[in-house]
Amino acid sequence: MDMDFRNGKELLELCQVHYRPVSEIMRLRECQIGSVTIDELTEKMRHAVEIMKEACFLPIKKPRKSIGGLIGGEARLLNKHHAKGKSLCGNVLSRAITYAMATLEMNTSMGLIVAAPTAGSSGVIPGLMFALKEEYNISEDRIIDVMFNAGAIGYLAMRNATVAGAVGGCQAEVGVASAMAASSAVELMGGTPEQCLDAASTALMNMLGLVCDPVGGLVECPCQSRNAAGVANALAATEIALSGIKTMIPFDEMLEAMYSIGKKLPTELRETALGGCAATPSGCRFAQSVSLT
Amino acid sequence: MSVISVFDVLGPNMIGPSSSHTAGAVSIACLARKMMNGSIKKVEFVLYGSFAKTYQGHGTDRALLGGIMGFATADKRIPESFSIARQRGISFDFISNETETEVHPNTVDIIMTNEDGHIMTVRGESLGGGKVRITRINQVAVDFTGEYSTVIIIHMDKPGVIAHITRCFTDEGVNIAFMKLFREAKGKTAYTIVESDGAFPENVPLEIKKNQHVKDVMAVEL
Repeated sequence: MDMDFRNGKELLELCQVHYRPVSEIMRLRECQIGSVTIDELTEKMRHAVEIMKEACFLPIKKPRKSIGGLIGGEARLLNKHHAKGKSLCGNVLSRAITYAMATLEMNTSMGLIVAAPTAGSSGVIPGLMFALKEEYNISEDRIIDVMFNAGAIGYLAMRNATVAGAVGGCQAEVGVASAMAASSAVELMGGTPEQCLDAASTALMNMLGLVCDPVGGLVECPCQSRNAAGVANALAATEIALSGIKTMIPFDEMLEAMYSIGKKLPTELRETALGGCAATPSGCRFAQSVSLT
Repeated sequence: MSVISVFDVLGPNMIGPSSSHTAGAVSIACLARKMMNGSIKKVEFVLYGSFAKTYQGHGTDRALLGGIMGFATADKRIPESFSIARQRGISFDFISNETETEVHPNTVDIIMTNEDGHIMTVRGESLGGGKVRITRINQVAVDFTGEYSTVIIIHMDKPGVIAHITRCFTDEGVNIAFMKLFREAKGKTAYTIVESDGAFPENVPLEIKKNQHVKDVMAVEL
């Protein structure tokens, strides 16, 4: 029984034929390609999830300054704001934003994170997963399960498009992370494989064209805030899919659209720090302050 | 491209902030370290392109030095690698080369000197997502990634050497996944790079070394 799939369409076919969720197909594929047992896989993923958890929570207790000096302490501020009852977003989104930005705080201060799919977009998936876990009392084992769902979406993006900001802009990093988070959240909340792919497509659609324009060339600003945008977008896409709204454009086509846009982006807007936020007078000033320290 | 695993997407587990500028830098230096015998006393890093411009803000310097000491991408000692290197008596230096532009944007030359005074230069490129490749050893252009167990054979460009090398693998029952040949010039020094599925027995490099035309064998195990 071949569990390998090359696109979203084949993935959905496998889900239908075997009556399995996306995560399960991805897990079986992994066992086949890597010749590993399900238990070994689960343990490896458990380890990744533990690293993600620490990156979500540690900066709230112990704020960390980034090496470039542009960010630091955001997770604690968000947490305080929420604790005071001032959050406008509601529990899930407020937590998700806090954890996503905390992860980036961890990342930029040379802390330990899991690239998901990249370091610059590492906050989106853990942000949404741990927020939902908390709100709905979900077990850690379930989070580990649906990480394979996120992995399936990310694998397709890597295989058929790109997840590198230098190649496809931020849409390829935070955009894909957002699609991965949305799809895994749908499965976590009981949605069907079709709804997973629909959510991924919607999430990616809403991030089309997003450029990669890091101030001073560092993974700090706007990356941290973009992770918050990615997680909010993922939550919206999840809600849309779970409500039964179908996407007009299938995930495979959306991925191709994203890739094609990425290749058309001028180099100034692909991680070179020559355009967008990086090229604003303030961005340039901050970049100057980084190189002086 | 090799088969993509779920842990290529959710991974690497790494010290931030950048998979290309930090994790990739660790991996390149770690590979270079494995190619050098004996303990390293001195290391010089020449950084090109984006590495040269932004290495401090990405901790590329600490990552490279950590890799030279054998740290993995997730090793929490990476931020402290300067002081650890000093304790271990390793002298280090970073040089930005912003004039050479005909290179991949994230390129580094690592010039290592071991306790016997032997010097070796390895060039690596960080390709994104933590993926890397080694593109030069001393003056010879090569190409391998370290994703497989790799044997690098430095030998004279003479007939029969390749047959000898493949026989050594066959005798130990090891399957060759990829094999590439590079040479300085006809009849001069050549490099053969063999990547195998899974680890190979210690015997393989030792047997390869027995051929009179083989100068050196480096084994880079996973």
